Amino acid sequence: MSFLDLKNVTKIYPNGTKAVHETSLSVDEGEFMVFVGPSGCGKSTLLRMVAGLEDITEGDINLDGKLINEVDPSERDVAMVFQNYALYPHMNVYNNLAYGLKNRGIDKETIEQKVNDAAKLLQISDYLQRKPSMLSGGQRQRVAMGRAIVRNPKIFLFDEPLSNLDAKLRIQMRLEIKKLQQKVGVTSIFVTHDQVEAMTLADRLAVINNGIIEQLGTPIEIYDNPKSLFVAGFIGSPQMNFLDGNIKNKTLSAEGFEIKDIDSDFEGEVKLGIRPEHLSQRENSLINLKVDLVEQLGSDNLVYGQLKDKKDFCYRCPGNLTIEKGTDLSLNIENNKYYIFDKSTGKRVN
Amino acid sequence: MTRFITSSFSHLILLIGILIMVVPVWMIFASSTHTSSMINMNGLQMFLGDSFYENYLRVLLYQGGFFKEITALKMFFNSFIMATGVAILSVVTSLMAAYALVYYRIKYATLLFWIIFITILVPLELRIFPTYSVMAELNLVNSYFGLIVPISASAIATLFFRQFYKTVPDELLESAKLDGANTWRFFVDFLIPLSKTMIVAMLIFMFVFGYNQYLWPLLVTTSEQYWTVVMGLKMMSGSIVHRFAFVMMSMVPPILIIIVLQKYFIKGVFQDK
Repeated sequence: MSFLDLKNVTKIYPNGTKAVHETSLSVDEGEFMVFVGPSGCGKSTLLRMVAGLEDITEGDINLDGKLINEVDPSERDVAMVFQNYALYPHMNVYNNLAYGLKNRGIDKETIEQKVNDAAKLLQISDYLQRKPSMLSGGQRQRVAMGRAIVRNPKIFLFDEPLSNLDAKLRIQMRLEIKKLQQKVGVTSIFVTHDQVEAMTLADRLAVINNGIIEQLGTPIEIYDNPKSLFVAGFIGSPQMNFLDGNIKNKTLSAEGFEIKDIDSDFEGEVKLGIRPEHLSQRENSLINLKVDLVEQLGSDNLVYGQLKDKKDFCYRCPGNLTIEKGTDLSLNIENNKYYIFDKSTGKRVN
Repeated sequence: MTRFITSSFSHLILLIGILIMVVPVWMIFASSTHTSSMINMNGLQMFLGDSFYENYLRVLLYQGGFFKEITALKMFFNSFIMATGVAILSVVTSLMAAYALVYYRIKYATLLFWIIFITILVPLELRIFPTYSVMAELNLVNSYFGLIVPISASAIATLFFRQFYKTVPDELLESAKLDGANTWRFFVDFLIPLSKTMIVAMLIFMFVFGYNQYLWPLLVTTSEQYWTVVMGLKMMSGSIVHRFAFVMMSMVPPILIIIVLQKYFIKGVFQDK
C-alpha cells in the first residue's frame, strides 16, 4: 500500500450533485502530486476530502496505513495552504505559525525553535511580529506555507495557492514551492487549474474532468501521450489543433488532406489532434495555412491562420523566422506526431 | 468670501444646537452648587456657587426612602451592579447564541434567528406581568438576579454578532480545524478576539440600557435596599439643590463609560477592521 490511498472515493452533495466519481489514486511518500482540471471539475473537493473538510460519500481514504474516513481534520496530521491564505488576522506571524503547535500541547521552547527554523527557511524571520494585514501578497503566501511546514505534517495540501498573486510573483513562488518541497521532502498534493503550474510542479499529474481522473502520469507522459481528447486539449499551450476527420482502411481523410497507413484499426468519425509545436514548413506538404495573425514572443512566433475550409489553426515556429500576415504556408507534421481520437467517446485510437 | 459666510452660518447653527443641549444641563449643575434658599429666592443660576461639596456629600450619604434605608451611594452601587450584570450577561448570551446560529448545523437556523429577532417587537413593558410572576415563582423578587436576568437576552446584540460571524471567511474555520482547534477553541481564540471592538460597543449599549431601566426595577423590588438611581430620581424628595445634585450625579456613570470606551465604540458600531 502506498502512503496515501484513495479507493473508489465518491462525493455526492446533499443537493444531488455528484462532484467526484469513484476515484482511485495512490500517492507515494515524498511525491508531489498535482490535480489539474477546469474549475468545477471536483479537484478541490477531492483535496478537501483528504483534508477532512468534506465528508466522503463512498469509498475509503488511507493515509500512512490508517483509514481516515472518519478521523477529525485536526487529528489527520495534514496541513493545508488555502487560496486566500486564511491567515489568522488578529495574530502576528509568530502566533500564526505557533498556533497549531500550541494546540498540540508542545512546550514553549520547542515551539519557538520550530517557528524560528521555519521562518528562516521561508525568509520571513523579519516579519514575525507583524500582523498579516501588514504583509504583501508574497509574504502572506510564505506565512501560509510556514504554517504548514512548522507542524511537520504527513501531507501538504495546496488549494490553488498561487492564484491570488500577480504573474511574476506566481512564477517565483512556483519555483520556491517546488524547491521547498524537495528540501523538506513532504508528500504534497497541489490543486490548480493552470496547466503550466501543473506541468512544472508535478512529479505526477492527475488530469481531472467532471469528477473523473482522465489521466494519471508524469507531466511528460501526459503531454506526449494524452489518452483522451480532453487531456490533449487541456495540457499544452497554445492548445492542440483539432480537425474533424474520417478513417477508412487505415487512411485518415481530414479537411483537405489525407494521411495513409495510420497505426490504428479504428474506422469512422475521428478528431485529429496536432500540437502547434509539432509542425514545420516544407514545400508541398499536407496542411495549407493562410496566415491571419502572428504573435511574436521573442523565442517563438505563434502563427494563427485558417485552413482551406476556414478552420482556425495555430503553428508555433522559432522566433527568428519572419512570417507576414496573408502569406500561405505549407506545413508538415514532424515525425508523424499526431493524435487521433474517437469523435463519439473522446478516447485515443492511435 | 461666500465660503466664509456659508461656513460661518453652518457653524452658527451647530453652536445654537450645542447651546440648546448644554445650557439646561449647565444651569442645573451651577444651581446645584448654591444653597436652597438662594435658588428659592433668585431662581436658577448660571454661575457656580460655593456649596458644591456640602450639597453633593449630603446627597450621597443621606438616608432616604420611606423607611430611611437607602442612600444615594447605595443606589449608585445597585445601578452599577444591575447595568454591569445586564451588559455582561447579554453580551455573553448573544455571542454564544450567534455562534450557535451561524456555525452549528441547526435545522431552521434562519427561522430560529428571526424568532429571536421579533422579540424586539415584544418589549419588557408588554410582558411585564408574566415576567414578574415567573420571578415571583422563582423567589427572585428583591434580588440582583431578579433585576438583571429578565432583561439580559438581547436580540439586537445577537443580530450584530450573527451578521459579523457571517462575514468571517469559512477558510478561517477550516484552517483552525486543521491546526487542531475544536469548536470551543475556535470561539475563544478566533471569534472573540475578532469581534473585540464589537463586544465593547455592545457592552456600552447594554450598560446604558441596563442603567436606564425604570419600570422593571420599580416592579421587582419592594425593598428599598434594591433601589436604583433612575428609581431614585422619581422617589427623591428634599430640597431643590439636593435633587439637582442627584440629577447631575446620575448622568456621570454612562458618560464615563462612553468617554473611556469611545474609541472601541465607534470602531465597533461602524465595523472598522
